[in-house]
Amino acid sequence: MPNIPASTTAAPTPWQSLINHLGRDPMALLGIILVVIMVGSAILAPWIAPHDPNKINVRYRLKPPSADHWLGTDQLGRDVLSRVIMGSRIALQVALISIAVAGSCGLLLGMLAGYGPRWLDSVLIVLFDTVRSFPTIMFALAVVTLMGPSLNTVILVVIVTSIPVYGRIVRSQTQALRNHEFILAERAMGAGAMRVLGLHMLSNVIGPLLIIASMDIPVVVTIEAGLSFLGLGVRPPTASWGAILNDGYAFIRNTPWLVIAGGVPLILTTLGFTFLGEALRDVFDPKLRREA
Amino acid sequence: MLFYMLRRLGLAMLIVVIAVSLLFGMIHAVPGDPLSIVLGPRATPEMRADLAARLGLEKPFVVQLGAFFLNVLRGDLGADVFSNRSVATIFFSQLPFTASLIFMAIGWSAAIGIPLGCFSAIHRNSWIDKFTGIFSVGAITIPSFVVALYSLLIFAVALKWLPAIGAGQEGDIISRLRHLILPSLAVGLGWVGYLARLVRASMLEVLGENHIRTARAFGLPERTIVFHYALRLAILPTVALLGVGIGHMLSGAVFAEIVFARPGVGKLIFDSVITRNYPVVMGSVIMTTLIFVICTTAADLISAWLDPRIRENL
Repeated sequence: MPNIPASTTAAPTPWQSLINHLGRDPMALLGIILVVIMVGSAILAPWIAPHDPNKINVRYRLKPPSADHWLGTDQLGRDVLSRVIMGSRIALQVALISIAVAGSCGLLLGMLAGYGPRWLDSVLIVLFDTVRSFPTIMFALAVVTLMGPSLNTVILVVIVTSIPVYGRIVRSQTQALRNHEFILAERAMGAGAMRVLGLHMLSNVIGPLLIIASMDIPVVVTIEAGLSFLGLGVRPPTASWGAILNDGYAFIRNTPWLVIAGGVPLILTTLGFTFLGEALRDVFDPKLRREA
Repeated sequence: MLFYMLRRLGLAMLIVVIAVSLLFGMIHAVPGDPLSIVLGPRATPEMRADLAARLGLEKPFVVQLGAFFLNVLRGDLGADVFSNRSVATIFFSQLPFTASLIFMAIGWSAAIGIPLGCFSAIHRNSWIDKFTGIFSVGAITIPSFVVALYSLLIFAVALKWLPAIGAGQEGDIISRLRHLILPSLAVGLGWVGYLARLVRASMLEVLGENHIRTARAFGLPERTIVFHYALRLAILPTVALLGVGIGHMLSGAVFAEIVFARPGVGKLIFDSVITRNYPVVMGSVIMTTLIFVICTTAADLISAWLDPRIRENL
């Protein structure tokens, strides 16, 4: 095995194996670079944006890319590059909030379904299947009609539709673990359900959950951009990649740079997180590969 | 098989009942009643009372839910708030456009994705296999509405090869097909990736099995082994995937129909959301959910019929 140096005797730590993997997998490296750029620009957005993303200058509307406005200006004369940079904040914000909430709820419900009584398992599984029987965008449209378009509506839709995904994975992990010797031993020594779930199950279930969550980021980013593209997500004048695409679609015949500027960061971000997520999965939990 | 079928159908019906109740309950649970949503803030009390009576909103919730189920069973999904036309009639007038879009997308993505998956499994670790791997991830990841916008920009606006908007002349097959090319590209591109990945993985599994080795030992040509023996088994998981796939494609169709200004179910729901025509939104979402549940159930039943092992775990 040429990849293992002769001097190593201990098994590589997870970080070492990740770094080894990156050396062999250029796509994973590309993924990390794209993610770092995206997260970096989201954090530093107010400082690196060359102009105020919401400053309207009607005299400079729909100008092609130039030295002052690298990606041109939109129909209100706003600088597109600044709006693209600020848009990364919205994308990341929606992804982090909704995945954190949906992941926690899915973790709780999934462990309850996997460890609790059989009737509870059946009830939760039918509920999960019901929520997943709505095509996501259709469900989002129904919710938006009733609650009105807003960023919170987008986050709510993403949370409701992703809880079943996490719940099912945690449930199957919990079920697989519940008859393992170490859990049985713990129960034989008198540990209650809270201790078994909170201490032993949690530490074993959280890894796969985090990997699935990281692979879910591009999905969530796409849903936010999609709803904002339809005009049903963020409210104007907030900059979002979907909103930029929506502006661009109206002027696609004469000013193609708006659509190009809104779509490229979206593509690069979803690709980046996907390549990174696949690398994390391959390194930390190759078993998931079959189920995914 | 009969037992599995009955259980699976029972589950499907239970899911539909809960889904419809959830959608119906949502109307009542959200802040602001449906009347203000439809009529807006400046409605007079007479207008509100009139619409409330038309929608049956003055009765208790359980009675409304019961009446709603009875109506749905009779095929009555309510009426358009503005034109008073039946929602079911409107929905079914739009369905053929969406159905043709989805079938076209499934068709071309299967025609490319399945051979691509086979090819990469046979030539494992070749550069074509590696390219297919990267291409699949890319195709799956890139949002379908971005594909729609970029293909509109490239092929319709810049190159002017294909029409940008509409569904084509009625009765003119060529014009209809030309209007389907770009939307079905947007809806189906991700599926090329999914199918290629899935067929590659299941093909590799099948090619390692004993009966394939036996066939090799008998000296059968590789072509016969792959296409006659292995592919028949390797194609099974795609059946199950297609059921779920219809749901994803329905979501993709919403974007494709809006970007290319095509008539269809997605455009119908979107336009109704904008005009707050909530009976049309609810009725159409219920119908698409029903279609989706029928597709996943049918896919599960077909998979179980083809592979008895599936019947054991429900």
